[in-house]
Amino acid sequence: MSTQNPAKIVMRDVHKSFGPKVVLDGLDLEVGQGESVVVIGGSGTGKSVMLKCVLGLLHPEQGSIKVDGEEVVGMRGKERDRVLEKFGMLFQSAALFDSLKVWENVAFGLIQGRGMSRDDAKGVALTKMAQVGLGEDVGELSPAELSGGMQKRVGLARAIATEPEIIFFDEPTTGLDPIMGDVINDLIVDCVQELGASTLSITHDMASARKIADRIAMIYKGKIIWAGPTEEVDHSGNAHVDQFIFGRAEGPIQMEVLRP
Amino acid sequence: MVAVSTNFLAAIGRIFLAFMAATGRLSVFTATALSHCVTPPIFPRLLFRQMMSIGYYSLPVVGMTAVFTGMVLALQIYSGSSRFNAEGAVATIVVIGITRELGPVLTGLMVAGRVGAAMAAEIGTMRVTEQIDALTTLSTNPFKYLVVPRLIAGALMLPLLVLVADIIGVMGGYLVGTEKLGFNSASYIDNTFEFLEQIDVVSGLVKASAFGFIVSLMGCYPGYHSRGGAQGVGAATTNAVVSASILILAANYIITELFFDI
Repeated sequence: MSTQNPAKIVMRDVHKSFGPKVVLDGLDLEVGQGESVVVIGGSGTGKSVMLKCVLGLLHPEQGSIKVDGEEVVGMRGKERDRVLEKFGMLFQSAALFDSLKVWENVAFGLIQGRGMSRDDAKGVALTKMAQVGLGEDVGELSPAELSGGMQKRVGLARAIATEPEIIFFDEPTTGLDPIMGDVINDLIVDCVQELGASTLSITHDMASARKIADRIAMIYKGKIIWAGPTEEVDHSGNAHVDQFIFGRAEGPIQMEVLRP
Repeated sequence: MVAVSTNFLAAIGRIFLAFMAATGRLSVFTATALSHCVTPPIFPRLLFRQMMSIGYYSLPVVGMTAVFTGMVLALQIYSGSSRFNAEGAVATIVVIGITRELGPVLTGLMVAGRVGAAMAAEIGTMRVTEQIDALTTLSTNPFKYLVVPRLIAGALMLPLLVLVADIIGVMGGYLVGTEKLGFNSASYIDNTFEFLEQIDVVSGLVKASAFGFIVSLMGCYPGYHSRGGAQGVGAATTNAVVSASILILAANYIITELFFDI
């Protein structure tokens, strides 16, 4: 599960449960400097929980998570805030703030997190919005007035506005039509290359994974069961991976479906 | 028989433990929120927005509640006091009843319904749509951004609303007293202020501040911990109004007891 580059994020033996349900069961994964890793896996396999554990939104019961060599499990307060400044995140639902205009959403991290003046932050926000193909007029709209694809673009602009070192993408193409999904994938690749950021994405969209990943890892039952370069995913030799990427109902991964 | 008794005791034990756990979680939430209230940064823009939402936009509903309460109070007190020839006490009892009790309690309950529900729905929706997680990833503490402005605004604006409710409620009593019950205008006003003491108003305002804090706290807490989409947000909204209303009534007794001998 390791990378050739110096590790930006290292997860070792991470465990997380919710009551009796074990979600992460000794997860190991590394993300290298400037590397784009995509974690694939079915719904409920622990992908989102993994991201939330790194961000400190959830607290693992066991294991180690290091960011730039610094242990972040158990980190709190100002220390946690300092580490979080390295991160940007595009949420699955975009998670835009309803009460703010679009440009205020994009500028949020600059104003609240970095203490930038509203005027300066607006300038940066409009530049980032242009980078993802959104005009100035969109900036004055409310998020509710945008389509799903536009909301994702705004979410992407917000994720890159502070020029973070690490960006997380939580199912960036879910809910989008294939064309808009590909547009978002292209934007992700462009933005990440420009920033030189390390990225960790989770998705079950293989087209998206192939496009944005340097390396793909598959999570199953809370563990990484396979990881390798993107070009090797079709020849992984792993039956779970094959079943997932080719979308077969039959295979080692059994869905709990009640049949009449 | 023994098994039934054991099951019954076990059920009581589970309920008690669940209650204690909920009380503990609320206490931790309250302590965390209070600690953030006294440490920078405070977001003045958000605080102002909440003060407008809780204070200014609640004025119509609070004013309507107060004026009708004052009017009814005057009629009922007249009806009762006339039985032992104490009609002259109507103005005094109206003003004391409103400033000490009905102004703060009814304002608290009305604001709980209007503002507490809205807070729970807004914060609950933010929780289930990952907006609160997004705040954290944008280096913004959700407590400071969402909870603190609402708590401070609630504790500051409820006393102002109650002051307005006191005035409007007394005016309602005055209107009924002079127009319906035949009191002389000047003597009604004299009676209103003759026996009114500073502590009557102050105790009402202290209650109001506590009720404002309760309304905001119980608006934020269920919303912040809501789960499960629209149903979870709906449950949070109901919990916010019900728990705030019960806590307001309980706190009202405790504060009344505190001021009873003063």
